[in-house]
Amino acid sequence: MTPEAVHGAEMIVHGAEWTIKELFTYPNEYIYWTIQIVMYPYLTGLVAGAFVLSSLYHVFGQNDLKDMAKFALVFSFALLLVAPMPLLFHLQQPQRNFEVMLTPHFTSAIAAFGMVYSFYLAIVASEIWFVYRKFFVEQTVALKGKTGISNTLLRITYHVLTLGAYDISESALHKDEKAIKLLAGIGIPVACFLHGYAGFIFGSVKANALWMTPLMPVIFIMSAIVSGIALCMLTDIVIMEWKKFRIRTSRKRWEMTADEIGGAEIDIVKKTSKYLLGFMIAALTLELVDLIFRGYTAMKSWDILRTVIYGKDFTKIFILQYGLGNVLPFVLLLLPRLTVKRAALAAVLVLFGVFMMRWNVVIGGQAFSLSFAGYMEYHLPMMPHNMETFKEGVLGALFMGVLPFILFWLFNKIIPSLKFK
Amino acid sequence: MLATAAKGALVTALPLSAFKILGPAEAKAAVKESAVRWGFLVDTNRCVGCGFCVKACKLENEVPYDPPLTRTWVERYVILKDGRTLIDTPNGARDGFTKPEIQERDVNPKNIAKAFFVPKLCNQCENPPCVQVCPVGATYQTPGGVVLVDRTWCIGCGYCIMACPYGARFFHPVHKVAEKCTFCYHRITQGMTTACVQACPFGARKIGNLKDMSDPVTKIILSQRVGILKDAFGTKPQVYYLGLDETVR
Repeated sequence: MTPEAVHGAEMIVHGAEWTIKELFTYPNEYIYWTIQIVMYPYLTGLVAGAFVLSSLYHVFGQNDLKDMAKFALVFSFALLLVAPMPLLFHLQQPQRNFEVMLTPHFTSAIAAFGMVYSFYLAIVASEIWFVYRKFFVEQTVALKGKTGISNTLLRITYHVLTLGAYDISESALHKDEKAIKLLAGIGIPVACFLHGYAGFIFGSVKANALWMTPLMPVIFIMSAIVSGIALCMLTDIVIMEWKKFRIRTSRKRWEMTADEIGGAEIDIVKKTSKYLLGFMIAALTLELVDLIFRGYTAMKSWDILRTVIYGKDFTKIFILQYGLGNVLPFVLLLLPRLTVKRAALAAVLVLFGVFMMRWNVVIGGQAFSLSFAGYMEYHLPMMPHNMETFKEGVLGALFMGVLPFILFWLFNKIIPSLKFK
Repeated sequence: MLATAAKGALVTALPLSAFKILGPAEAKAAVKESAVRWGFLVDTNRCVGCGFCVKACKLENEVPYDPPLTRTWVERYVILKDGRTLIDTPNGARDGFTKPEIQERDVNPKNIAKAFFVPKLCNQCENPPCVQVCPVGATYQTPGGVVLVDRTWCIGCGYCIMACPYGARFFHPVHKVAEKCTFCYHRITQGMTTACVQACPFGARKIGNLKDMSDPVTKIILSQRVGILKDAFGTKPQVYYLGLDETVR
């Protein structure tokens, strides 16, 4: 490009739009990693959490989670397909994304992403296949002879999905179960790896005083499981209650028994919430250990970190993340006589808390200058006025947040994962 | 018939022997050890903060002139008698330091203990974290030690920008890929000096070959007390400073 072309071209200073600088920062410093990089670990966290929840049943035989397991598995698949999209949105050259697969540079923590991700995707997809194989065969048989385009299309879809494996004898199904158990077993460490490795991406940046801690991957895994369980619990409650509402307002309601109308079952909710509490304790402990350690060792960076943690970001960290996102739901779940509504509220708060944790790590890590002599504040773009402010603004993040639910709804047309009475 | 078979065998055998995948160590051994290691010397005692270096760099390297991004910049440090340190770099000091106010405050000269300028640029680290974290290998170290970015291959993830402890990297506003100081690689490899070195009227900036013991820059680095920036990160920066103060970030 000639000098004239450079000087005449449209110029976007990436980050200038949403970064407010204070005191001394290096001239090139901006908040380069924004809301999409908050969404990325948030989504992979939800994936890992949902998968671990489903595996608790498949691998460790936690039968109380049986109904939740199928749902959690399909939901984690929907989330998984969306998980890399925030990264794509964030790239300055998104059309070159495939280079990560073509020329992976293995000293980089991001380079393995394509491989770890594909491997995990294959595990989840095959596990779903084994779980639903019997269903596919049954549907193919049931739809045989039925007329109508939608029936034909469905039959062809199921026919293809069986992959030609029609044996649903006792022994064949037993083999399926073995395969599921194996895949779920392999899946747990891989899910943890996928997410712990998202933590490694941050934890290994030695230039960033807030990010750099060997605890980061573990902290990420624990909070991931917390968020995944909370999301599964919440979605289950909402869908079951919606179903109940639909039945109650339908014309057939007089033909239903009380048991059929049901709604979310408090038993399932209670059992799931116990796992949630356990992982919350683990996550919070690790985060507090990290914080206390930083304060106690008081390295060079602590002077500025302290002003960020206890000053500028106090509300975001201690009120929103720990208060609203940890302590309050903790109390809500522990108080006796847990109700579905209370559990739902707690789950919403937990999800919010984990989101704030991601925010406080990603954005908080860029809230101070590398010079330790100044600050940067992130102003989330609300109304987009160009592609950049859409992608890295509130709308782009909402898009990422809604997409998994749309996919989940679509998947349920083919592989129903919610047990309706 | 036999000849055709032999040819066929030869052809099928050829790719196996013709292509060999080299490990990183083998590849490194295959490339002859470079006789050059570019190093930079900044004499902060000589810098007056005119900003000619910044201006020259922007023009030479097609870094858009007005956006507040730059491959090199100059920082002004004012240390007050009460121990406070004030630092600024208005627009990277492209137009020099034209106002006495620092960080938007008037400072009474009587309260100043010491003040000086510190030019900054990419340190072309021996152990560059930016190269380590690039997921696609778009940024790399040349045999002479200069770290470059392949603009046709960079995906623009920003990991290198995050990994640099010196804030030397940014996204080019037009090319939309990672951008950084190259020690004017296109010039130094042609026997010229860098744009900033050439533009500096006071000789505060110098570039040299650290493998050449007779190089004036190497001589100074070897014989005088020099400092480097942020050595705790283990990046082994190759920009050396004369008169570096402990307050410099």
